[in-house]
Amino acid sequence: MSRARQSYQGVALVAPTSIPYQRYSIDTAHFWIARALKGSLDAAGIAPADLDGFSAASFSLFPDTVVGLTQHLGLSPRWLDQIPMGGASGVVALRRAARAVQAGDADVVACVAGDTNHIDSFRQLLSSFSRFSQDAAYPYGFGGPNAVFGILTDHYMQTYGATREDFGRICVAQRTNALKNPGAVMTKPLSMDQYLAGRPISDPITLFDCVMPCAGSEAFLVMTVKEAEKRQLPYATVRGAIERHNAHADDPIQLRGGWTLDIDELWQMSGYSPIDMDLVQTYDDYPVISMMQIEDLGFCKKGHAGEFLCGKDMTVSGDFPHNTSGGQLSGGQAGAAGGFIGLVEAIRQVTGQAGPTQVKGAKRAVISGFGMVNYDRGVCTAATVIEGGGA
Amino acid sequence: MTDPIQPPPKKNPLNRSWVSTIPPAARSRAALGLTAAAAEGRFMLQVCADCGATQYPPRDACHKCLSIDLPWQDIIPTGELLAETTIRATTDIYFRDRLPWRAGTVRLDAGPPMICHIHGDVKPYARVRLINRLDRSGQGVILALPEKDTPNMADDPHLRAISSDPSHRRVLIVDGRNPNTPDFAKALKDAGAAMILIGLSEDWLPFQGRKALEDVGAQIIPLDVTDTKSLQRLAGEFGGKIDILINNARYIRPGGVIDRTDTNLAARELEVNALGLMRLAQALGPAMCSRTADGTNSAVAWVNILSAWALANEPSFGSFAASQAAALSLSQSLRAEFRASGLRLMNVFVGPTDDEWHQPLPPPKVTPAAIARDVVRGLHGGFEDVFCGDVAKDLNERFRRNPKVLEREMTGGGV
Repeated sequence: MSRARQSYQGVALVAPTSIPYQRYSIDTAHFWIARALKGSLDAAGIAPADLDGFSAASFSLFPDTVVGLTQHLGLSPRWLDQIPMGGASGVVALRRAARAVQAGDADVVACVAGDTNHIDSFRQLLSSFSRFSQDAAYPYGFGGPNAVFGILTDHYMQTYGATREDFGRICVAQRTNALKNPGAVMTKPLSMDQYLAGRPISDPITLFDCVMPCAGSEAFLVMTVKEAEKRQLPYATVRGAIERHNAHADDPIQLRGGWTLDIDELWQMSGYSPIDMDLVQTYDDYPVISMMQIEDLGFCKKGHAGEFLCGKDMTVSGDFPHNTSGGQLSGGQAGAAGGFIGLVEAIRQVTGQAGPTQVKGAKRAVISGFGMVNYDRGVCTAATVIEGGGA
Repeated sequence: MTDPIQPPPKKNPLNRSWVSTIPPAARSRAALGLTAAAAEGRFMLQVCADCGATQYPPRDACHKCLSIDLPWQDIIPTGELLAETTIRATTDIYFRDRLPWRAGTVRLDAGPPMICHIHGDVKPYARVRLINRLDRSGQGVILALPEKDTPNMADDPHLRAISSDPSHRRVLIVDGRNPNTPDFAKALKDAGAAMILIGLSEDWLPFQGRKALEDVGAQIIPLDVTDTKSLQRLAGEFGGKIDILINNARYIRPGGVIDRTDTNLAARELEVNALGLMRLAQALGPAMCSRTADGTNSAVAWVNILSAWALANEPSFGSFAASQAAALSLSQSLRAEFRASGLRLMNVFVGPTDDEWHQPLPPPKVTPAAIARDVVRGLHGGFEDVFCGDVAKDLNERFRRNPKVLEREMTGGGV
């Protein structure tokens, strides 16, 4: 049995920044990361040379790593980290940065994720993504993540009786949210009929179940509450955070993620329960994954997400605000920034800075991450509960 | 059941031929174990020598106990299709031309789940049997088949893509004078070959077997693997029509090195057996490589009939065995040169054949009919290596166990 976790008390999340995504970009990951970093540093009034902690997540930095970024961007941190966890990178970056700040290893950590998307770079990213994918997934039709999640969605539907409408509700609501977000890639409304008539991509997945690969970046800063207050920055506190990798490895097909192992501890640490949340940000590379998270985070029983969401309004003004900026499904997937999009939006939300997508009176949010289809399933899972400062 | 493939219409020479592409070929070193097993059509996985856990995908350490002792073993190839997808969009250029593509996850009875190709006749969530075969990139892939055979199942696009099926294809058998040619012609005809060409060297000399071959419907054409000009003429006329080539040209005489007084016979053995292969490949290889995506009757396989003594020298035929080793080595180069096109190179290794040259050797000896059967079996399986007859199988086993021990056994050192 593990020991009790230390709390994240005294840690503040500030200066959420999202750089509007582009479908294709002729610029590099360095360019996108620099823009988001500058956005957050400017908001906090910190000069790049004064930043003492830096954490980056990106797929398209090659041949550089975060080390190359320090020289490229003129940073001289005393704490440096790179998170290779895709959709879980936001929450994991937060967890590590928070501990560094608590321990005094860094005063301020900038957590940044960004990727570019050139013509053909998605195909190239896929073909060198992981050894197991290369050896045992891509030779079978090269459907990429669409094929893996097609199999997973088929299994979920067959096991729990979920319908395409169940998935469609998530996609349609997120589109409604995205229409309020001027930075979203998708700008046209989406109806359930349009969703259901979507072009088949990898059965049972159709066009609107898929995210659009694009270029973009996201950032936030981690510092002490004291420092945030001194700088008069709106801040969120971390009530609890968990991560888990390669859980349930013996499940033949993934129907649950590692959240199930640690979720009780998350709620216990946070002092809240699912019904106390004002909004929910799940990692939405495919709607089935959002449903899996809604179940594994404890909002409903396993296999019941379809039924549960059927009675909910998932839009910004609804009773179950979910992926309030439109998520990746309507906002686009900017590589590793996809692991940050929900967290950065949630920091805006609980600090009252979300503007057009603001959920009225939002104070508390749960954000979960899911990353890295190493072979046949997502391996990395993470979640955090945050709360607006002074709540 | 699968819709049977219809005989292809005559090709319109004005249409652009499809350019050859291959599926994703990159693999880790561990995953090449699957390829090595597929080359012979075996279904093998790594099994931990310490804890017995079956591994997949191939690894360098056991996922249960971290042992690094993971030998490849034959596995009972049955399982259950748990879930599937039909891929209708891909960024890969090989699969893009072949969509839609059915893939799914099968839970092997022996343990691990495997993403695999799914044959069209497999019912959703049904029991399946798995085969491990080489795809057009020459790498091992897993295909789930219906538990029991279904009508025309070989015509399924997944299966057709990984086999070298002779049906609807045009075959050249290189040496009409080889005593195994009539059996080859008959077996390929029975396997559905659309056209059989048979090469005849020195066609002004009398040829007893002509009628038997013509009776099978074969067309006899001049061909001499030692004559570059004859090969160029042949390539000009038939180069674009050969889908499967079977190189059975062979020159064999007893004798090793010092029991001969000159190198004349050895030169002839190398001329036919090794350089003949080279000349054939230079004349016909490029055209075949350019036609591997050419529809139903695309170019698909190059077959060499080799002596199993290519693996280890048999001193009573020492010089001949050397020519076979040379041919084997050349075939490995040729296989690599074919790689980008997806053209399969299959070597059929045979033990002593039942003919005049092996008359003093004791049985078992391989009959022409047995070689023909194995050629067709190898084509159906899309194999790279086929060992025909008990002597060849035995020799291969011993070669794998310890080549040095085999060498001593071949020279009479073993009991």
